[in-house]
Amino acid sequence: MDAPPQLLVHDRRDNVAVVVVENLVAGTDALCVVTEDNSEFRTPVTQDVPLGHKVALQDLANGTTVVKYGQDIGRVVAPIRKGEHVHTHNLKTKRW
Amino acid sequence: MNLTDRTIWGYRRENGRVGVRNYVAILPLDDISNAACEAVAAHIQGTIALPHAYGRLQFGADLDLHFRTMIGTGANPNVAACVVIGIEPVWTGKVVAGIASTGKPVAGFSIEGNGDIATVAAASRKAKELVHWASEKVREECPLTEVWIAAKCGESDTTTGLASCPTVGNMYDKLIPLGLYGCFGETSELTGAEHLAAARAASPEMAGKFMRTWSAYQQEVIEAHKTSDLSDSQPTKGNIAGGLTTIEEKALGNLEKIGKKVKFVDVLTPAEVPARGAGLYFMDTSSAAAECCTLQAAAGYVVHIFPTGQGNVIGNPIMPVIKVSGNPRTVRLMSEHIDLDVSGIVRREMTIDSAGNALIDMIVRTANGRYTAAEALGHREFVMTKLYRSA
Repeated sequence: MDAPPQLLVHDRRDNVAVVVVENLVAGTDALCVVTEDNSEFRTPVTQDVPLGHKVALQDLANGTTVVKYGQDIGRVVAPIRKGEHVHTHNLKTKRW
Repeated sequence: MNLTDRTIWGYRRENGRVGVRNYVAILPLDDISNAACEAVAAHIQGTIALPHAYGRLQFGADLDLHFRTMIGTGANPNVAACVVIGIEPVWTGKVVAGIASTGKPVAGFSIEGNGDIATVAAASRKAKELVHWASEKVREECPLTEVWIAAKCGESDTTTGLASCPTVGNMYDKLIPLGLYGCFGETSELTGAEHLAAARAASPEMAGKFMRTWSAYQQEVIEAHKTSDLSDSQPTKGNIAGGLTTIEEKALGNLEKIGKKVKFVDVLTPAEVPARGAGLYFMDTSSAAAECCTLQAAAGYVVHIFPTGQGNVIGNPIMPVIKVSGNPRTVRLMSEHIDLDVSGIVRREMTIDSAGNALIDMIVRTANGRYTAAEALGHREFVMTKLYRSA
C-alpha cells in the first residue's frame, strides 16, 4: 500500500496542492502525490491549513495565474510564499 | 461480471421504460391544490403527494416549463400511476393527457365547484384503486443500462473534484458506451470550464448549442441581475469553508463528473426529455440541487448520483438520490447521509477505477430496491424552476 499523502495535486502543471488530511500544522514536510501519474514529492507547509484547502507549491506574486487541474482558476491578489495557505484572502476569480 | 450482462430488478412500464420505484403520485397542478393532494396522501397508504409552490398565472416559456415538469414528473417510470388535482379542469386535463400519453393510469380532479372535501373523497377513492393496481406490479430483470442515470454535485469542496466527481465520471465512461442515458446540468457552475465542457460535445453543432446556452445564461441571468460579483453566492459559503476559492476551481471539479471519454449528444432545455438515443446529455439547469434534480426526474431519469464534499442532504420524492463523498471528515460526521464512501481515494487506498465499480454496485443495489440515505431520512425536495414572475 502506498503511503497516505497529506497533499494531492491534480496535474503536474499545478502551482497549488490540496490538503487531504485533518489537522495539518505549520512546519510539516508534507508528502504530496500527483493524481494523474501517482508520482510523489515532498513540499513544506508553513501555515496551519484545513482539510480541503490549498497550499502554494511555489512563491506566487501578485497577478500570477493560479493553476489547478492544469487550468486557470483565478489570479493572485496578495503575494503568497511557497507553503502558505491559498484561499479567498489571496486568490480571486477572473470571472463575474 | 461483464458490465454488458449486468441486470437490475425494475418495473417495466407501458411505454417500455424501466422504473426502479413504484409510486402512486398525487400531483398538484398548482400551489392551492397542495392541501387536497396532501389530504389524499395522508388518507391512502402507498401514495405520495408532491406539493410545490407554483402553477398560477404563469405564461409563455415559464408556463411551458411548468407543464413539462408536471407531465414529466407524472410520466417518470418510477411512478406507477398518478392522480392530478388542480383548481380548475382545463390545465388539470392538460397534465392528465400528457401523462396518459405514456400509457400509465392517471386521473384528474378539479376543486372549483366541488370544494376540497368532495374532491379529496373522489380522488382518494381513485387513488386507492390505483394503489391496489400498482402494488401488484412485480419487478422483472432488466439490463442495467436501461436505468437512466442523472448526476449533479452539491456542497462541493476540493475533495469533490479529487474523488467523488471522478467516481461518477468513471461510471459514465463505463456505462454510457454500453447504452446508458446520462445527464449533467448546472449551467452556472460550468463557468470557468465552459471551454472544456464545449470540447466534450459530440459534434461542432452541439458545442455551438452548448456555448449559446451557457452564454445566454451569463447575459440574461448573471449580467442582468448581479449587484457586484457573485462571490457571496458562487462559490457558496459551504464551498468556501471546504476550500474552494473561485467559480473556475468549482467548475473544473464539477466537470469531472462526466468522465474522461464520453461526449454529450444534445443540449436539453430544462425538463426536456432526451430524444437522440442513448448517450450523455447536458441540460440547462440551475445549480441549486433541488431544482436540478426535479428537472432531471421530469426528463425521465430514474436514479440520481450526487457527489458531495461538505455534505449536501438533498433527496427527491420520486427519484432515489445516491450520495457519494470523498471527504474523510464528512463521511465521519455525516455518515447517515452518505451512501458510498470514496474517501479511500484521497488516502490512496482506492483507485478511481475501483470507486467507479463500487458506484455501479451501489446503483444496482439501489435500483433493486435499497433505500438511499435520502429516502430513509425522508428527503423529498421537489422544487419547480421558475423562469420569471407570473402575470
